[in-house]
Amino acid sequence: MSRKLWHFPGGLHLPDNKAMSTGQASSQAAVPERLIIPLQQHIGAPAKPLVGVGDKVLKGQKLAKPEGYVSAPVHASSSGTVVAIEEHAVPHPSGLSARCIIIETDGEDRWVELTPHPDYRQLDPSELRNIIRDAGIVGLGGAGFPAFIKLNPGSRMAVDTLILNGAECEPYITCDDILMRERADEVIYGARIMRHALQAKQCLIGIEDNKPEALAAIRDALERLGEKSIEAVQVPTRYPTGGEKQLIKILTGKEVPSQGLPIDIGIVCHNVATAASIHRAVEMGEPLISRLVTITGHGAAQPQNLEVRIGTSIASLLEQAGGARPVPYKLVMGGPMMGFELQNAQLPVIKTTNCLLLTTGEDAPERGPVHPCIRCGECAKVCPALLLPQQLYWYARSKDFDKAQDHNLFDCIECGCCAYVCPSNLPLVQYYRFAKTEIWAQEREKKAADKARERHEFRLFRQEREKEERAARHKAKAKAVKKDGDEDTKKAAIQAAMERAKAKREAAASEPQNTENLTDAQQKQIAEAEERRKAMKGQNAAKEEANEE
Amino acid sequence: MTAAPPSSPHVHGPSAVSKVMHQVSLALMPALVAYTWLFGWGVVLNVLIAAVVALGSEALVLKLRSRPVISTLDDGSALVTALLLAIALPPLAPWWLTTVGVAFAIILAKQLYGGLGYNPFNPAMIGYVVLLISFPLEMTSWLAPGELREGSLSFAGAASYVFSGALPGTTGLDSLTMATPLDTMKTQLGLELTLGEITASSVFGKFGGTGWEVVNGLILLGGLYMLFRRIITWHVPVAMLGTLFAAAGLFHLINPDHYAGPLFHLFSGGAMLGAFFIATDPVSGATSNKGRLWFGAGVGILTYIIRTWGGYPDGIAFSVLLMNMAAPTIDYYTQPRVFGHTRG
Repeated sequence: MSRKLWHFPGGLHLPDNKAMSTGQASSQAAVPERLIIPLQQHIGAPAKPLVGVGDKVLKGQKLAKPEGYVSAPVHASSSGTVVAIEEHAVPHPSGLSARCIIIETDGEDRWVELTPHPDYRQLDPSELRNIIRDAGIVGLGGAGFPAFIKLNPGSRMAVDTLILNGAECEPYITCDDILMRERADEVIYGARIMRHALQAKQCLIGIEDNKPEALAAIRDALERLGEKSIEAVQVPTRYPTGGEKQLIKILTGKEVPSQGLPIDIGIVCHNVATAASIHRAVEMGEPLISRLVTITGHGAAQPQNLEVRIGTSIASLLEQAGGARPVPYKLVMGGPMMGFELQNAQLPVIKTTNCLLLTTGEDAPERGPVHPCIRCGECAKVCPALLLPQQLYWYARSKDFDKAQDHNLFDCIECGCCAYVCPSNLPLVQYYRFAKTEIWAQEREKKAADKARERHEFRLFRQEREKEERAARHKAKAKAVKKDGDEDTKKAAIQAAMERAKAKREAAASEPQNTENLTDAQQKQIAEAEERRKAMKGQNAAKEEANEE
Repeated sequence: MTAAPPSSPHVHGPSAVSKVMHQVSLALMPALVAYTWLFGWGVVLNVLIAAVVALGSEALVLKLRSRPVISTLDDGSALVTALLLAIALPPLAPWWLTTVGVAFAIILAKQLYGGLGYNPFNPAMIGYVVLLISFPLEMTSWLAPGELREGSLSFAGAASYVFSGALPGTTGLDSLTMATPLDTMKTQLGLELTLGEITASSVFGKFGGTGWEVVNGLILLGGLYMLFRRIITWHVPVAMLGTLFAAAGLFHLINPDHYAGPLFHLFSGGAMLGAFFIATDPVSGATSNKGRLWFGAGVGILTYIIRTWGGYPDGIAFSVLLMNMAAPTIDYYTQPRVFGHTRG
């Protein structure tokens, strides 16, 4: 079973440090006393709360509904009471807070009534997508893009290949590895559902060759389930193989067009953990309320994988996992290459929390001093996008954003290979992020300015038009007055209008009133009200007269 | 919890500028030892003076520019410039010649542009060219390799000449120096002698100049070491030596009496040094692999043109500087195809 594989340019062999956290089977993290569930754990608009403070909620109950198309709902990961809906610090590179629903759990962990669909074949793709959307499933590989959208190829293109990404190329992270080892069946069930939703011709599961156990488990499950149309493919370990574009290139030889999507070349790519959660959502009716999280790094006392409820505080999770070793460490969410540092541990685990990495000097030795770029080109050698990072750095640094865009800044996937090999220790990715953000800001500003200008121009145009129209009206009126200016026609018109008004009044008077068949007391009340009204009318009339004078 | 945490990646590979520079220096060592062995103690003095002046002038400018002195000197780049210039100078050069060249290279060609990474020209070659144009006599008084010399020169003798200009006893400078093979070749070709007649002289060895071919061979070895350690890529040396070889070969085939053969060109003068140590300078060269091929080819062609039809016996320094000027243009036209973009 050897399939032809291709190569992607650049990339790195990194010490993978995965064995640290695969020594033991995954375990279930405890139900925390408090759940902090952010309304936005995905790419797109934040969800809109459906519950209020004080509401009792059940495990799996929808707490907030998606707002707009690119959005996802969030669910209660245990039963309890909503105690607050407020701003809370969330894991995000910006370090900012966001709205969260905070639940005090009751310890009963009671499920809401679930509606499983044991036979997904009975459902058509759009029904499946709705179920997946309702379950709040987003890409669990790290990006958190709502999964149902990527299962909607639209009419643009027939889907040729569904790729399940089990590459997990970032060092240290092993949650997908463990998932495939322990729950291979779920991954395959999920793959079947996705294939059905996409009507994909073939399905490949790409797994790096540093995970032989996972590959064996998946192959074993495929055989056991008699699944012939899904193929597990071993790919060489090379960072960033798990990048969507890179994995597609390796497995199919095709390149996702710049600024395009895999669907443009008939391919859809999902993470293996997303597949497993889709299986649970469809066939068991369970929304996405927990995920596997790797806790690792030389700062972790007992590196391991835990199935963690969304909303569990990272601090309490670390404590459960044996805590930190008594060494200074940095807390990173995600891997060492693309993850971001967290300022503290008082943050909830969210849908995209694949790994909590406690890096110490052993993992990441203190970087040497930063030197100027010597244009050695090491960065270009390892760039998987074939960019010239040294040139991009130069342009980003001098804020020459046009040139940076000319050199295809937006094809950068921020994998960090360039910064890893840079002998000058330059924080290259940071420069690219800065340049991208600046360009986006400029574009937004330009759009706003364009809009304002358009509005202004339209206003001038409208004023001009109104002026012209007014002039034309005046002219026409003057002409009309001149033409039939005799008193008789005017008088006749007034007469006609008065008659129309009178007829209307009479018609109103003859309509049935709701004041018939009333008790005496009610009649009396009405009469009193009428009196008051009359009095008021008289007053108003007097006032109006006074005003007119 | 003060400043924003640094961006990913959170790990870094083992490479560092200073390691790169130290590897370059290390790669030059065998050639330097052989150079000293063949051409005498003056080489060592050149290296020492150049190193002191390079570090001193770099420190001075850094201080004036209020930049960190120690950590910058530690990058090793000034030392590499010093070594490259020292190995390019005549083996018995007065101290002020080395001083002027190195100081010019470091202060004007490097630091005034902003220091490491910002210099558009190769500093060592700027220093070399300044000396070649300003002090042609001193720059062409080359010691003959030991086996061809009439007199001998001790370390004390060399030091005496370098620092005071006086040679010990009755030794005359003329008895120690001779024209370089490239120079000899050029002058004698100008005298309408045939190649056969010229290379009969003991100045010429098996395929390059006597002594020179050994030094060039060891520089080639150092270059291969750098390739092996991935300090440089093959593109510049292959393109440069390949073009030089092809051009020399072509003309040698057309008229073997009048044009020196390709191996003579590769193993004489600064060809090997230029190919592996000078034209591969990343700062002033082209940056993409495709660009490096063009850059190297340009240096090779220009070198052959200058050697054959120009006013100087060797042309490495001029060729490199001319191609330095062309590097931004080369970079512009040789951007690689970006992933996901259509070819062409």
